[in-house]
Amino acid sequence: MSNAWSWYVIIGTVATLVACFWVVTYANKQRASKEEIAESEAHVWDEDIRELNNPLPMWWFWLFILTVIWSALYLVWYPGMGDFEGVGDWSQEQQYEAEVAAAEAEYGPMFAAFAEQDFADLARDPAALGVGASLYANYCSQCHGSTAMGARGFPNLTDDDWLYGGSPQQIEQSILNGRSGVMPALGAALGGDQGVDEMVSYVQSMQDGLDQDSPAHARYMTLCVACHGPTGTGNQVLGAPSLVDDTWLYGSSPQAIRKTLLEGRNGVMPAHGDLIGADRARILAAYVYSLSNP
Amino acid sequence: MDLQSSYNDKVVRQFAIMTVVWGVVGMLVGIIIAAQLIWPQLSMDVPWLTYSRLRPLHTNAVIFAFGGSALFATAYYVVQRTCHVRLAFDKLAAFTFWGWQLVIVLAAITLPLGITQSKEYAELEWPIDLLIAVVWVSFAIVFFVTIGRRRVKHIYVANWFYGAYILTVAVLHIFNNLAVPVSLWKSYPIYSGVVDAMMQWWYGHNAVGFFLTAGFLGMMYYFVPKQAQRPIYSYRLSVVHFWALIAIYMWAGPHHLHYTSLPNWAQSLGMVFSIILLAPSWGGMINGIMTLSGAWHKLRTDPILKFMIVSLSFYGMSTFEGPMMSIKTVNALSHYTDWTIGHVHSGALGWVAMMTIGSMYCLIPRLFNKAGMYSTRLIDVHFWTSTIGVVLYAVSMWISGITQGLMWRALNDDGTLTYSFIESIKFTYPYYGIRLLGGLIFFTGMLVMVYNVYMTIRRVKPEPVAVIQPA
Repeated sequence: MSNAWSWYVIIGTVATLVACFWVVTYANKQRASKEEIAESEAHVWDEDIRELNNPLPMWWFWLFILTVIWSALYLVWYPGMGDFEGVGDWSQEQQYEAEVAAAEAEYGPMFAAFAEQDFADLARDPAALGVGASLYANYCSQCHGSTAMGARGFPNLTDDDWLYGGSPQQIEQSILNGRSGVMPALGAALGGDQGVDEMVSYVQSMQDGLDQDSPAHARYMTLCVACHGPTGTGNQVLGAPSLVDDTWLYGSSPQAIRKTLLEGRNGVMPAHGDLIGADRARILAAYVYSLSNP
Repeated sequence: MDLQSSYNDKVVRQFAIMTVVWGVVGMLVGIIIAAQLIWPQLSMDVPWLTYSRLRPLHTNAVIFAFGGSALFATAYYVVQRTCHVRLAFDKLAAFTFWGWQLVIVLAAITLPLGITQSKEYAELEWPIDLLIAVVWVSFAIVFFVTIGRRRVKHIYVANWFYGAYILTVAVLHIFNNLAVPVSLWKSYPIYSGVVDAMMQWWYGHNAVGFFLTAGFLGMMYYFVPKQAQRPIYSYRLSVVHFWALIAIYMWAGPHHLHYTSLPNWAQSLGMVFSIILLAPSWGGMINGIMTLSGAWHKLRTDPILKFMIVSLSFYGMSTFEGPMMSIKTVNALSHYTDWTIGHVHSGALGWVAMMTIGSMYCLIPRLFNKAGMYSTRLIDVHFWTSTIGVVLYAVSMWISGITQGLMWRALNDDGTLTYSFIESIKFTYPYYGIRLLGGLIFFTGMLVMVYNVYMTIRRVKPEPVAVIQPA
């Protein structure tokens, strides 16, 4: 804030506080003469509407005065008067940092102690799993569901099928750094409607072996093979799903596969490292690992 | 009787009838969305019926259609009666009626279609905003020229409040809606980021302060003394609380943006002026309630006065609750919870709607040359449905909102959050049920009102009323 704006804020604030103080004390002090009161009470509108001129109720007067005084004191202590930051050295940023630091001081050592254990122990430690369940409920359940069974577009975490690998270390990486799975849109590359339809049938029948006679086979071997592999088993380094199992993240119906081919898919697991820190991520990874390795 | 010697009550009648109609419509939409919060499938997968589109329809309908029509009707009635002169410019006044109704109809079409600026209480897109601005300036011209033509020296206090409301809403509406159109139904605001948020809540809070407070205080200052047949308690108090109220409300907007990227200094100012606002707000309550002193016995027989006294009580309660919720420490708990929704409705149903309903029961017979409403007993029924409805609404939202806030911040011994978000939603279900029940009861009262009004005005051909000579 420039100096001029700061003074603009200060002057406006002080003027308003002073005006409030003045208007209420003035109206309270001014004891109108009997004639003046009679004069103002003699006004009549619409045949029967009149006003008395009773003095201000004293409790109301003092309520007003006290809130003005309290506000002036508040603005000395806290930021408010433009650039003047207040003598109390408070800001919401400082409050936030102080609260986070206090929480770290209190809970940090406990999380650090958990994080020193290796995954195998952690995934069997009821205390660690209890913490992990709370973390899961608050950070993961919105997408993966409160039972971790996932939903369309959001992987099931309780089965043995892993897009990016199911070792505790790989799960930890997914949590810390996030994942970004991209299936490109291939409508044009597949040669329009007919090509897409052929590829849909081809992909659906892959579980029973590759159909070498299908016109889609050659296209699979050029367009898809790089990620999904020559036998369709996928590639965990890229997060490319297996096409020969029963897990279909975006649905196994011809319509769903067609949509995947035509428009592509973008699967995003957000990075949580900055949000929850390495220790909590480790506990969370152990918890998620324990879901499919009880 | 020549035209200038009678009041222009036609436009008042039109707005009064539409007040009742839009009250029913707006509250019905409210009930639908309250039910959708319990049963989301009620939107039946129809895009126009989704909560996200019906919710702004509800808020716009109750604030601007129901509340707005009530304010037009009473402002036009009161300014004529207390200035002892016919309303200026019959045709311009008629334009404000038809223009305002057109705004409402356009809102009712565009909001379900998903056409929105995404600014709360200012969702309507730029062509409708322009129409609002034209209607509003016409309203100001009619009102202030009538004041200018008054035949009494002193401007009655109700008119100060109406005047402040009209002027301020014009400024708020125009500045918050400055936008660059890119097509007929899409525009982008000229503000961005936190400035946009600050403008929005400068507007949003003053929509509450001037539309729903100052305007309705104007209504209160005429209809309470009229119905109670008692003088206003203190002229002096009305002067002080008027100037303090309009000066301070303008500062309070930032309390909607506590603990956000809004700079600390702006948050603090929003908070302290919200606290100072308590006394000026209560000034109106004191003046209203003390006006009834000496007429308390009338509460036994006059349900219209009951509406007014309960309305003033809710006004006092909400204007205490508001400053309290603006305190950062309290706001850290209450913000984003149902407590806010409860607060809004104890103001909107308790204060605004009950004052409107009481005033309409006082006004409508006078507009149709009747001594009173068709049935006093039905007014009493309406009074009890309204009171029970709003109490159920406010109390259920207090419980649900405060518990939500507590659940969101609850920590386990290991520092992790005790509850996931979905658990706080599960907790609120029974209270959403009570809220829906409260809304249904309140709405039933509105249907009783429709019947009572219909029976009062049917087969009546209103006669012009002669302008009363100033005393």
